[in-house]
Amino acid sequence: MKQVHFITELFDKYDGRDLLAYLNAGGFTALKKLLDTGSEAVLAEIDASGLQGRGGAAYPTGKKLRQARAEKAARKFVVCNADEGEPGTFKDRELLKRNIYQVIEGMVIAGICTQSQEGIIYVREEYTNMHDEIRSAIAECYKHNYLGKGVLGSPYNFDLKLFSGAGSYVCGEGFAMCESMEGKSGRPRSKPPYVKQEGFLRLPTLVINTETLSTIVSIIKHGADSFRRYGTEKSPGTKLISISGKVNRPGVYEIPFGLTIREIINDLAGGIRNGKKGHFVQIGGASGGILPERLWDTRYTYEDLAKAGLSVGSGAIVVADEDNSLLDYLKVVQDFFRHESCGKCTPCREGNRQLRFIFERITNGTATAADYANLEIVLDVMGKASLCGSGKTEVVPFRTAQRYFPELFMTKETYAAKKAVV
Amino acid sequence: MQTVLLTIEKKVSLTIDNKKVRVPEGTTVLEAAKKAGIHIPTLCYLKDINKAGACRICLVEANGSLQASCVLPVSEGMVVKTNTPRIRQMRKNILALILANHNSSCPTCVRNNNCELQTLAKELNLREEIFEKEYSHHIDDFSPSVVRDDSKCINCGRCVNVCNDVQTVGVLGFVHRSDRTKVAPVYDKSLAELSCINCGQCIVNCPVGALREKDNTDLVWEALADETKHVVVQTAPAVRAALGEEFGLPMGTSVTGKMVAALRRLGFDKVFDTDFAADVTIMEEGTELLNRLKNGGPLPLITSCSPGWIKFCEHKYPELIPHLSTCKSPQNMMGALLKSHYAKMNGLDPKDIVVVSVMPCTAKKFEVQREELAVDGIRDVDISITTRELARMIKEARIEFNELADEPFDEFYGDSSGAGVIFGATGGVMEAAIRTVADILTGQDIDEVNYEAVRGVEGIKEAEIQITPDLKLKVAVVHGGANIKTLMEKVLSGETQYHFIEVMACPGGCVNGGGQPIVPDKVKMEKDVRAERAKALYYEDSAVLPWRKSHKNPSVQRLYKEFLGEPNSHLAHELLHTHYVNRQ
Amino acid sequence: MKPELEQLADSVCAKYDYDAVNLLPILQEIQRLSVHNYISEEMARIIAKKLDITESRVYDVVTYFSALSSEPRGEVIIQICNSTTCNVNNNRDLIRWFEEELGIKVGETTPDNKFTLIFTHCFGACDVSPAVRIDDDVYGMLTREKVKELIAAKRGAGE
Repeated sequence: MKQVHFITELFDKYDGRDLLAYLNAGGFTALKKLLDTGSEAVLAEIDASGLQGRGGAAYPTGKKLRQARAEKAARKFVVCNADEGEPGTFKDRELLKRNIYQVIEGMVIAGICTQSQEGIIYVREEYTNMHDEIRSAIAECYKHNYLGKGVLGSPYNFDLKLFSGAGSYVCGEGFAMCESMEGKSGRPRSKPPYVKQEGFLRLPTLVINTETLSTIVSIIKHGADSFRRYGTEKSPGTKLISISGKVNRPGVYEIPFGLTIREIINDLAGGIRNGKKGHFVQIGGASGGILPERLWDTRYTYEDLAKAGLSVGSGAIVVADEDNSLLDYLKVVQDFFRHESCGKCTPCREGNRQLRFIFERITNGTATAADYANLEIVLDVMGKASLCGSGKTEVVPFRTAQRYFPELFMTKETYAAKKAVV
Repeated sequence: MQTVLLTIEKKVSLTIDNKKVRVPEGTTVLEAAKKAGIHIPTLCYLKDINKAGACRICLVEANGSLQASCVLPVSEGMVVKTNTPRIRQMRKNILALILANHNSSCPTCVRNNNCELQTLAKELNLREEIFEKEYSHHIDDFSPSVVRDDSKCINCGRCVNVCNDVQTVGVLGFVHRSDRTKVAPVYDKSLAELSCINCGQCIVNCPVGALREKDNTDLVWEALADETKHVVVQTAPAVRAALGEEFGLPMGTSVTGKMVAALRRLGFDKVFDTDFAADVTIMEEGTELLNRLKNGGPLPLITSCSPGWIKFCEHKYPELIPHLSTCKSPQNMMGALLKSHYAKMNGLDPKDIVVVSVMPCTAKKFEVQREELAVDGIRDVDISITTRELARMIKEARIEFNELADEPFDEFYGDSSGAGVIFGATGGVMEAAIRTVADILTGQDIDEVNYEAVRGVEGIKEAEIQITPDLKLKVAVVHGGANIKTLMEKVLSGETQYHFIEVMACPGGCVNGGGQPIVPDKVKMEKDVRAERAKALYYEDSAVLPWRKSHKNPSVQRLYKEFLGEPNSHLAHELLHTHYVNRQ
Repeated sequence: MKPELEQLADSVCAKYDYDAVNLLPILQEIQRLSVHNYISEEMARIIAKKLDITESRVYDVVTYFSALSSEPRGEVIIQICNSTTCNVNNNRDLIRWFEEELGIKVGETTPDNKFTLIFTHCFGACDVSPAVRIDDDVYGMLTREKVKELIAAKRGAGE
């Protein structure tokens, strides 16, 4: 059982944009179930599924929804985070393109369960070519009363609209997202208070990932047990991964948790191109960890990756082969953060400035012992003292690279000395 | 019947460095620590102005994780540590990162020894700059008032908040992102090309030397050294209330006598008091108000002493220009009188007179250059310097300021009333005007001269004063751009109607002007600078000066009798009144 | 103020009730309708006034977001991905093809103001990497020939 179709059940089963076809394929039955059985039953089902948020933080979804429900305010928001900005990630793109109605259904369910009446799908600007289709799907849903006043004759109202990002990685962070929706630059606010308490317009806001929403729908439809059939005890269910780089069949695959990285690369993505040898993968986006080829038998689960110092993150897997230099790769990662850092807090703004100098010298072979010592200091400050989660996780690729390729992060002299001791 | 609402303040208990602290809910860890006598270092944080949690210097360990204490609310049972080896090292490293983006040319920096970054490096015991330096080399010195040195900017954001939120001027902002993030004037232009009102509030809130006044001290030294010139100086009321701070005296100390003595030592031929012109302003503006009341407007009449406000009005509310008093500011009235009446009395050619003004204000530097503020091609005022620049001159001349014996101003143009001196605090012009207008309208010498309703630091003050049985004067006093915006929008919409409005661009009025001594953030956490300095002025008004009403100033009376004739006379108009420009 | 700029700003701001919360969509829409694909200083000033916000906020937002520009740009924006996957997949040939075909370097605009060629970060087309985004459309698996065709088609489109 390599590739499965739990969340992606309806992919290619119908024209992803046709509401009628979605209904014929069993669409909106989860919503009807919610209207029949009530929020508590549905939340219990989500709790039982063990679903963790797919945006990267892996927070239990049931708990998150209950917290959102507990917030008291006249206006509350649900925001679908479709600002998929982690490099190497394109699974939300597929969910929006091939099954937008399931995302909308998930939003209505999240809205009713948390007693919020306003929803926003925050789609990254880079997906502008999909915006019109998403808007017309929303319009269709209004027309048939899946959205709007008294959803399907129930007492619940739910409005939904699309908001386009404007090109900023940090806006995938909850507060930066709220700021941008308020017409400001995407610079995160300090916590607490949290987004769930004072988010968009300083009102309670539930920010939830596109994949999480789609998964909720499938779980309600088929039951928590059928979700838990897949995966491991600690990582139940299935996950969409985006695999790219030096593989024969890059793309989005739905997998049960527990496959090894090697299985994903070889059995799903068709192996490394041109018979080359693998070198490393980066898992979870630019802020994800580096895993060397020798550890590709690690299982893709929250717990196994954590042991290796990595996380599932965005579900991206970028595969590099023997022709790719890790240091060059890390320089590209660093360049990405340097461009995308919002610039608000010292650790991330100034840390990235220094990393730029240091990586320039590391990659051109002129780095000194002082550079490697400063690298340690900069990563320490960024990882621990940054204002937002984005700044804090930026160090993961560098930390894991240091862990698995320590010889790349010291001078030749230091390396020789260390070797001599061994 | 009135319902009395009792809100019971919820208290939170926490431990900071093993001390038990109990503070109201919503207090930040930084404030709670201060209450417990524990001083956490800060940099971007500035009370009432900036609370961004951005610089990360104020990090503490709260329940084990590193958090910025300036934005972290206390919670029940929280355990905070502010002084562990890990925190001390982290703060040093963060400071080293900031310094890598800062031009640390401390010895030649205008903020040497009064720089929060420098102080912090000393306090944290940072001994080395370990990171590669990279900073901008851009300096914007086109504005006559404000110089921005990008090489020193540390992106703390205080000036951005002051410019946007406190003043609503909005010419300074953050631009770009990542390590390109910087504070810059809009469109990356010079402040001189924008709707900057030159208030200088960005300067007095900058922790480092990234913002400073355009230094004109060289011009003053040059004039003083020129034997063909007759160099006279005038000092604005707020200067005496703050100059002492530059010499280590407590805030709110009035140093009038020492200041006059120091100016004589510097070599000025005459030392005059702008307060004299403030009294003249009351004569002119009071008369203007009476005329407008009689002739049906346009009302409200709005004061014109604050050049920051004038430029703000010209950019944002040109439709209010007819409401502005046509009176020049006291600075320029003084200059115009010195180059006409004074020149004539002393047989001097106005061309040979150099008028220097010492102002609490950076916008005055712009004002003296305004084309319309000259008579027959001769500028009213030649050089305007700030309180800070005067302090620097006194230090450069190696005058022991604190040792000086008090000296009086030179006669006539150095004579003023208490009404003139309170011009330096918000509400002062209004109070001075009412003192005179009330006497004129009632034909009496009214004993009660303290109009408490218009005093104090509240943003918008309103009062109704029954002057005569027929006239209840409705007035407002406003200071600080955001308050001005609120009030002017109400005036424009017709929501509120006043006879007379006093406007000062700087929060607190001139005592807190952009040219005043820079107060370290730690002091600002303890004291309200505006109120402390204002005390010195109200003290002079009530206890020092012999007259408390402008029209009672005998030199002012003589000026009208011997030279100007009546207030608002033809000659007064020619010398003491002006017009404005729509800059929209 | 130029009346046509006023008119454009009004028509877009009105759609969003002149509410500054909608600054991002307002700027994106106005930029799309503006000559040279950018928010000019004059336009920023007009928008600030219409929405009653400071000019610095408008300029901050315009310079912060990569989809907005404070500098004039070509009619067609070509963005070459320079992120992890496209680097692993060696995007250097692709960069060279576009530079040769357009006769400009990355970061420049053609003299006829038709094309602007810039680097961008991942736009989620890693399955067809190395990828390029031309205005809103994404192209991958490119060859030298295809690049030539694409540019010829875009060149012809405006004429």
